[in-house]
Amino acid sequence: MTALDDMREAGAALGNTVQALDNDPGAPPASSEPKYEFWKNAVPPLITFVAFIGVWYLYSWLKFDNPAQRRNALPYPHIVITEGFMPWWDDKNGFRPILGYMWPTLQITLMGLAISIVFGVFFAVVMNLSKNLERAFFPYAVVLQTVPILAITPLLTQLFGEERGVRLVVTVLIAIFPIITNTLFGLQSTDPLHHDLFTLNKVSRIERLRKLELPSALPALMTGVRIAAGGAVIGSIVADFFFVKGDKGIGYYIRTRQQKASERPEMFAGTIMATLFGVIMFLIVGWVTNRAIRNWHESAKKKS
Amino acid sequence: MTSTDVAQPPQGARPAGGAPALRFKNLNMVFPDGTHAVDNVSFDVRPGEFVTVVGPSGCGKSTLLRIASGLQQHTSGTCDVDRSSIGYVFQDATLLPWRTVQRNVELNAELQGMDKATRLAKTKDAIELVNLVGHEKKYPKQLSGGMKMRCSLARSLVLQPKVFLFDEPFGALDEITRERLNDELLRLFQHEQFAGLFITHSIQEAVFLSTRVIVMSARPGRIIGDYQVPFDFPRQHDLRYEPAFAELCGRISNDLKDAHA
Repeated sequence: MTALDDMREAGAALGNTVQALDNDPGAPPASSEPKYEFWKNAVPPLITFVAFIGVWYLYSWLKFDNPAQRRNALPYPHIVITEGFMPWWDDKNGFRPILGYMWPTLQITLMGLAISIVFGVFFAVVMNLSKNLERAFFPYAVVLQTVPILAITPLLTQLFGEERGVRLVVTVLIAIFPIITNTLFGLQSTDPLHHDLFTLNKVSRIERLRKLELPSALPALMTGVRIAAGGAVIGSIVADFFFVKGDKGIGYYIRTRQQKASERPEMFAGTIMATLFGVIMFLIVGWVTNRAIRNWHESAKKKS
Repeated sequence: MTSTDVAQPPQGARPAGGAPALRFKNLNMVFPDGTHAVDNVSFDVRPGEFVTVVGPSGCGKSTLLRIASGLQQHTSGTCDVDRSSIGYVFQDATLLPWRTVQRNVELNAELQGMDKATRLAKTKDAIELVNLVGHEKKYPKQLSGGMKMRCSLARSLVLQPKVFLFDEPFGALDEITRERLNDELLRLFQHEQFAGLFITHSIQEAVFLSTRVIVMSARPGRIIGDYQVPFDFPRQHDLRYEPAFAELCGRISNDLKDAHA
């Protein structure tokens, strides 16, 4: 048995269990009309999107009389596309350089999130060991969250250098708190009768953690990761803004385009890309969560 | 009721033999907040005996089981039992939701370090005994309440315990499922020869299952009635509708009325 056996079990052998679900006569017909299912999910957000774009056009049109002024303040959405994203594949302008700037940000985000998960879960486990350890450390987890990071920028720069290190620190500072709190909550919400059951079997502390507390905390832990994923994106972009040595990220791109009014469409293009990145991270974590717990957790039920 | 009312051992019941598997002697339990839960309770459960404790809610019945299993320390008196061979069935099925039926039934054996080959063989037997064959790969959320409880029973059966403690295991089930599980539990009892201590507040269930029924009063819980149940094994489903059965239920019910007075 390896250390994470039960965790893996919690995120179970998908193949055969899904099959078991399908064989269950009581299970709802999964995909009788897949096309209809797709539209049912896609149409409502599509309507909201069209409405949003409409409001954007309307506001931009009402607010600015002068087309040049409008372009440099709140350009119409199609201008963002033609002047911000176009040309699609050029070394200097448009979409491709934006992608280039996305790459370092993406790296920092993923590394920061990974570090946050490892240390966040570790600290939650430590605090779950005893009430006194929780009392000793929890206030500082809160401090991590509330310290105004930009105010201590000079300190961070001195401590961690101005390149990758400090950007990672900023990302982790933002992303780790939701992981700590949600995991701790999950660990502490373990069913007391389950604890009795394990007590009767005279298990070691580590086995109780591995086979009971961690698996039962998994849904809460994943909720923490989902919140942290969004936080990590923001953290790495903010870090791009203020720590400009080394590989330049999308935050740097947005910041430099902010400074010239004539580059307003590019600024919008960069911001939209950064936002999409956050959304994609959120979706990926949601998908992973659903895969991991859908066999056994109520939250993973399909909505009608 | 006093101990002089104790009836003779039932004829035709299997002889309850040997030293007691579980012995309470002058047991007292006072919780730190002053609640006097168990007051001077003494009785034995021998191998092949099935003792049921009935009583009003909150009379300390469950506390008896928690003391017997070692989950709770009593304040005075003695509780003699071999804790290395205890099966405990909770009020709730307490299945781990992330484990399949198969893996849930394996749990106790796994946690106690039984080697894998033995564990798998015994798990297979236990799943057959509780009629869950074919459901091994299902998760608890796909099971009905009755199936969950069977799975929970199987989990304890794997260890083949000498003492089986049941803490109102069927209380949350509907009447039909409860009766069916009662029938099955009797079959298991005859098959496995354990010493059973069962907690319930259903008088019918108590009389149907047991070789002996002990009645407890409201807090502080003390013994106010003690009956040998004279019906032969194997007991049939229809026993519940016989006059002698109803008469015994009636006597226990009267004791319980006094318990509230």
